[in-house]
Amino acid sequence: MNEATHKNAFFHGLRQSLTVTLILLLLCGFVFPVLLSGISAVLFPSQANGSLVYSYGQAVGSAHVGQEFTKPYFMKGRPSAYHYNTYYQDEQGNRYYSDGTPFAGIGSGSNNYAPSNPALTQRVEADIEAFLEANPDVKREDIPADLMTASGSGLDPHITPAAARIQIPALAAASGLSEEELEQIVEDNTEGKLLGIFGEETVNVLGVNLDIAKAMGLA
Amino acid sequence: MVQLVLTLIIYLILVIPVGRYLYHIAAGKHTFADPVMDRVDGAIYKLGGVDPQKGMNWKQYALALLGTNAVMMAIGYVILRIQSIPLLNPNGMQGMKSDLAFNTIISFMTNTNLQHYSGESGLSYLSQMLVIIFMMFVSAASGYAACVAFIRGLAGKTKDHVGNFFADMVRITTRVLLPFSLVGGLLLVWQGVPQNFSENVVVQTLEGTYQVLGMGPVAALEIIKHLGTNGGGFFGANSATPMENPTILSNLIELYSMMLLPGACVITFGKMVGDGCLQHQKTPAQENMLPAHPEGLTARLFGKEGRSIFLAMGILFLAGLSLCYWSELQGNPALAEIGLSQSAGSMEGKEVRFGIAQSALFTTVTTSFTTGTVNNMHDTLTSLGGMVPMLHMMLNCVFGGKGVGLMNMILYAILAVFICGLMVGRTPEYLGKKIEGREMKLTALAIIIHPLLILSFTALAVATSAGQAGVTNPGFHGLSQILYEYASSAANNGSGFEGLADNTYFWNITTGIVMFLGRYLPIVIQLAIAGSLMKKNYINESAGTLQTSTVSFAVILVFVVYIFAALTFFPALALGPIAEHLTLWG
Repeated sequence: MNEATHKNAFFHGLRQSLTVTLILLLLCGFVFPVLLSGISAVLFPSQANGSLVYSYGQAVGSAHVGQEFTKPYFMKGRPSAYHYNTYYQDEQGNRYYSDGTPFAGIGSGSNNYAPSNPALTQRVEADIEAFLEANPDVKREDIPADLMTASGSGLDPHITPAAARIQIPALAAASGLSEEELEQIVEDNTEGKLLGIFGEETVNVLGVNLDIAKAMGLA
Repeated sequence: MVQLVLTLIIYLILVIPVGRYLYHIAAGKHTFADPVMDRVDGAIYKLGGVDPQKGMNWKQYALALLGTNAVMMAIGYVILRIQSIPLLNPNGMQGMKSDLAFNTIISFMTNTNLQHYSGESGLSYLSQMLVIIFMMFVSAASGYAACVAFIRGLAGKTKDHVGNFFADMVRITTRVLLPFSLVGGLLLVWQGVPQNFSENVVVQTLEGTYQVLGMGPVAALEIIKHLGTNGGGFFGANSATPMENPTILSNLIELYSMMLLPGACVITFGKMVGDGCLQHQKTPAQENMLPAHPEGLTARLFGKEGRSIFLAMGILFLAGLSLCYWSELQGNPALAEIGLSQSAGSMEGKEVRFGIAQSALFTTVTTSFTTGTVNNMHDTLTSLGGMVPMLHMMLNCVFGGKGVGLMNMILYAILAVFICGLMVGRTPEYLGKKIEGREMKLTALAIIIHPLLILSFTALAVATSAGQAGVTNPGFHGLSQILYEYASSAANNGSGFEGLADNTYFWNITTGIVMFLGRYLPIVIQLAIAGSLMKKNYINESAGTLQTSTVSFAVILVFVVYIFAALTFFPALALGPIAEHLTLWG
């Protein structure tokens, strides 16, 4: 083979690489997501736009994303390193998390504390004490573990049914609703395992609180 | 427990037809998609000047793969750097810094998907689509192409070429990745994964505060992320984020989409090698020597050689899953000590909707099939539970990523027949070919690269202040964080002990190098082995031949893998997760 054919082979290889790359870029990186958006918008418009939930026509959250609740008459979810991306705004437009630290922008994740990290036990201890103060009837060893541990995403919309039930007495006292009413609300927002086998039983905290707000005439 | 068993049984049922389909594509046989897709492929070949019939030898094939990946990286790098342009950028993202873009582009081209950025704060929708989603398709297609070429070499139908790289790449994309992604993507949207191009939504909550909800073309990314065993999330917390993985059903869809194709590759291997052997066994002398046994059901479904490889992978997988599940159920003794009941297992870093069982399963699957997506935070796993994902990335052959896991397992199989050959004093054979000096040297080299990268870079990070600066957990777990990061990089997995503060020059550059070498060196060496084996003549089976299609060979294979891992990684594991476990429970 002489030099010219070598060169030709090189350029032919490069041309194939380049064009195949560009075609796949268009097909996979553009046509596919746009096509999927188009079909989704027709078939599943609500889900495609984030499964927002509304109260009086205003979006108040998403069915799949947890929220931070601080009011005593609302059910609490799990601790979150990102406060569920929930923040308040002062007059100057500065944004803060509920604990007064500046809002860092949208995020997700956990503190990533190793099981042996002392910071984990400190955080859990502080949360347990705060919880026992807000729920004086509860015994420490009865607190379900999920309520005191952070989720992986920091946006977990669920708690276990046990973690929901244990909050009912304190919620009843703060909201003025009866325990029976609250139990019904929890049950309405409980989802079982898929086919009774896969996954876990879950209670959607935002769903519960929306129903509490309705029952209290707040929403 | 019941749900784990059922989930895996459903997998075994699903993987067989997919394996068959993949085999038809790899072998150029008829598939149902042909009437439409032949035209699409034809148009692509015509535009690109590709002659799909023109075979390449292993060197040309490797060069085409490297060259094409280089072109893709160059284009992707430019897009990441200029993503601040107001095109599909409703959330106003800035361009990416050079060292982070370097890391990101290698990460996605090598099918690793290690992420030193957070999607919701670091990428515009344009980058998510034209870089991330695009690379998720083509890196998976590249790995698959390399694997098919490797199998063709082993199956030895021809002596001079291993197929056409561009044709392999295009066929797998148009016949598997795109159609499967479209269907799977729609299922995910149905379950509640967003798919739009709107900016992030801000809502006012019931308490009068505000919440910002991430939006974007999430479902499109989500499905190919799993199907191509990529693993990089749209959002920082990956598939733990409810917007990426809202329900148990979406979790199962994601689980199966990452398990199907690597398993199918093993079936493809079994069937293609079976074809090769059949062809060569047609000599009359051979038929007289070996009375034809009727093949059993599993041999027909998986191919005889594929079956023993699949079985070995399955044993390794189940061993890891059992340890991880058991360990997570035990909970965290440090929390039990302060009075928090651990009867539900260790829930820190896990989502309530997945619980312990589906979290442990997802963790073991994502590191065995080297996807790297997570539905719980691996940094917060119990010590031994966290050791399982680390170990499976170190083994790098428990099904493994798209194609490459199978190639690694074949190397162990070659090693196994070599060791057995030494024990009985015969020249080792595999798939009817003699394994000689050249193949053994290449195999040893390819196997040694992986631990060498992991351990030497871990040593470098531990020895330098820039490396140590990333560690965020005290004690033995700090070493685990470093070890995990490099194991994940070298195995092209991409999951992380995410506490590691890794967006620094040191971590971006070193993991970039490890991912690059961990991907391309083994692929080139493996193609060289195939190129060398395919030139050899078949040798006749005799009484002294080690049968590689038996259960006992699968068991030998498992032992070889574990012995090799123990020899190389045990000291490091003892100083990391095992030491942490002993201190917690001591």
